[in-house]
Amino acid sequence: MAKGTVKIVVERCKACGFCVEFCPTKVLALSPAFNSKGYHPPHMVNPEKCSGCDLCGMYCPDFAIFGYKKGEKAEQQEAVHES
Amino acid sequence: MNEEVDFECAECTNPVEPFLRTDRMPHIWCPGCGIGTTVNCFTRALIDSKADLDKLVVVSGIGCTGRVAGYIALDSFHTTHGRAIPFATGLKLANPNLTVVVYAGDGDLSAIGGNHLIHAARRNIDLKVICVNNLIYGMTGGQTAPTTPAESTTSTNPYGTFEPGFNLPHLVDAAGAVYVARWTTFHVRQVARSMQEAFKKKGFSFIEIISPCPTLYQRRNKMGDALDAMKYYKQASKVKNGAPTGEVGLTKTGEIAVGKFVDRDRPDYRSLMVHQFHESLGEEYVEMGECSCS
Amino acid sequence: MKADPAGVLTGVHFLDGDHACCEGALAAGARFAAGYPITPSTEVVERFAARVPKVGGTFIQMEDELASSIAIQGAVWGGAKAFTVTSGPGFSLMMEHIGYAIMTETPCVFVDVQRGGPSTGLPTLPAQSDMMQARWGSHGDYEVIALCPNSPQECFDLAITAFNLSEKYRVPVMFMMDECVGHMTEKVIIPPADEIEVEPRRKTSKKPGAYKPYAVNGDGTLVPEIAHAGEGYKFHITGLTHDERGYPAMTVAAQQKLVGRLQDKIRRAADDLVLVEEQNTNDADVVVVSYGITSRVAQRAIDSARAKGMKVGKLRLKIVWPFPDQLIKKLARRAKAFVVPELNLGQISREVERAAAGVKTVCVPHAGGGVHRPEDVLKAIQEAVR
Repeated sequence: MAKGTVKIVVERCKACGFCVEFCPTKVLALSPAFNSKGYHPPHMVNPEKCSGCDLCGMYCPDFAIFGYKKGEKAEQQEAVHES
Repeated sequence: MNEEVDFECAECTNPVEPFLRTDRMPHIWCPGCGIGTTVNCFTRALIDSKADLDKLVVVSGIGCTGRVAGYIALDSFHTTHGRAIPFATGLKLANPNLTVVVYAGDGDLSAIGGNHLIHAARRNIDLKVICVNNLIYGMTGGQTAPTTPAESTTSTNPYGTFEPGFNLPHLVDAAGAVYVARWTTFHVRQVARSMQEAFKKKGFSFIEIISPCPTLYQRRNKMGDALDAMKYYKQASKVKNGAPTGEVGLTKTGEIAVGKFVDRDRPDYRSLMVHQFHESLGEEYVEMGECSCS
Repeated sequence: MKADPAGVLTGVHFLDGDHACCEGALAAGARFAAGYPITPSTEVVERFAARVPKVGGTFIQMEDELASSIAIQGAVWGGAKAFTVTSGPGFSLMMEHIGYAIMTETPCVFVDVQRGGPSTGLPTLPAQSDMMQARWGSHGDYEVIALCPNSPQECFDLAITAFNLSEKYRVPVMFMMDECVGHMTEKVIIPPADEIEVEPRRKTSKKPGAYKPYAVNGDGTLVPEIAHAGEGYKFHITGLTHDERGYPAMTVAAQQKLVGRLQDKIRRAADDLVLVEEQNTNDADVVVVSYGITSRVAQRAIDSARAKGMKVGKLRLKIVWPFPDQLIKKLARRAKAFVVPELNLGQISREVERAAAGVKTVCVPHAGGGVHRPEDVLKAIQEAVR
């Protein structure tokens, strides 16, 4: 069972391939679908392997993807709003 | 069509999102440009360091990296080419309670801004300088930068560069910086950690982040795309914390020394100034107050 | 509001123009200066360096004029009133940042103690040949305010005016001294702080979220309200053409709107920005238009001419930019000629000629390095009505 998952903002993606390459558990691949600019955004091909480490989010130059652990998100949102 | 893969958190946003001027997205940077990656690291560092976001100011220069200031939802100043550091100096001296980050590119900081770079390092002005080094002048179309390695092709050296590139860590170390680190955009966690350390550090901190410029540097030098550059960074980088900065120069395809090279303590400019005035003026010294302008 | 007493050296002093200018800046509330040594201006910041640590402020000698001219702007956005000081070659270096101050509407003062030029020229000798540069030295279309004191007393008084105008209009103000005025020593009376009016910074009262850095608030001035860094507004300031939010907006429409407003901001205030000393102009056949040190030589010539029975009027410009077109036009209806002595080869005389629209305008040039002889100005007055 996956410990985490990702959220993808398809319209922002420019298909640079960083998230696909650097995901430690090879969760992602560029999808055959494309966004309105013609780029192929990623999609999860091995969702059960996602740990929510958010390396994809840190790499993404276009702020188009981020990962989160199950349940951890709510805590993180609070931390951001407090600061 | 917005395909959102999601569970348990429909309202979740990317941790970087609250720090972005989302009304200005998408940004202008090319596919694969590493500047956006450094912004992710920056925002993670801001969150983790619990920085007071009202007091954190970003000052940028001109160029692709210079555009960072316009995308970050903090007090931010997009200044003139090469002069982010002196602007930031005035800002910090007028209000020492601010944490002032200078976000600029290699050409901006080391060519036109070179003089200000070395003097601010010498004086140990309390600034956190993030230098995104893509080895080229990106915004203006791919001209030679002081950091462009020899034997590169650029628009102003169409037959190949023959000058050695600047070893920026060595330059700022020699000038007196108290914190000097270099990473690449592959080293996202280390970049974020270095930025956090720099926020806490009193004095002139300099973080060089090697970044791909796929449209100009990579393409003109037949070095593939951004992903190829990132793979090269992964393969060629050697972590050498504490290495003598004279030995960390870059070449076109050689080893990339990364790590925290310098982390030392010496009084920052303002501490020295205040101390000096107390020594010489004693009771007569009046520190710069809050704005008396209104 | 009244001046902060901490910066006001009340009393009767014997000071040169450079020193008096520094006192004027302090009295106006300046608490930050950045500068680079250049003759004949250096004494202004030398005095500031000695005075300001006892008043409550900071001076930093930067590595060059490029750094000085923008460090002061950083300090302004950090909450201080700030200025820098230079002479011709340094003024040339500062031009880009004068443009940045115009574009970002950063209130600050640039003091140019003019010396012989071009280039290294005559470092220790007077000239007034940067006057057009004060108006047009930076690239692009813009309006600027420039003042010319003609005595150490005015170096004090008009320095305060300079700071006040910069805050009122959110525009950099050029304080155009010259080596003669800067290095002449005269009596300077500094009044008590409560007799000095100082313009406060136009801070916004809007809350973060509601505030837009470059929105005009409908009071007719076209001057936006300002916020300082660190107050929670999280604004963006850029030298790129921008919209009301301060965001880059690089379109023809945005350019017309912004640059148009920056121009109108000053042009609409034309009446407020006329500051002259006028004497005997109502029935004058010849009006002598002068400014700065030359006005003192001109005074001798005017007095001589009047003693000979000539109807000569005096118009001394204290604010040179914006140029007082309407005043010249009005005088041109009556006068037969304008005589414009200046320590250059004809700069403000062109403005007079333009505004006089056909009425004879005689330039009395001087390449710089000294001052006119009164008899040269008198001769020009006499020939003007021949």
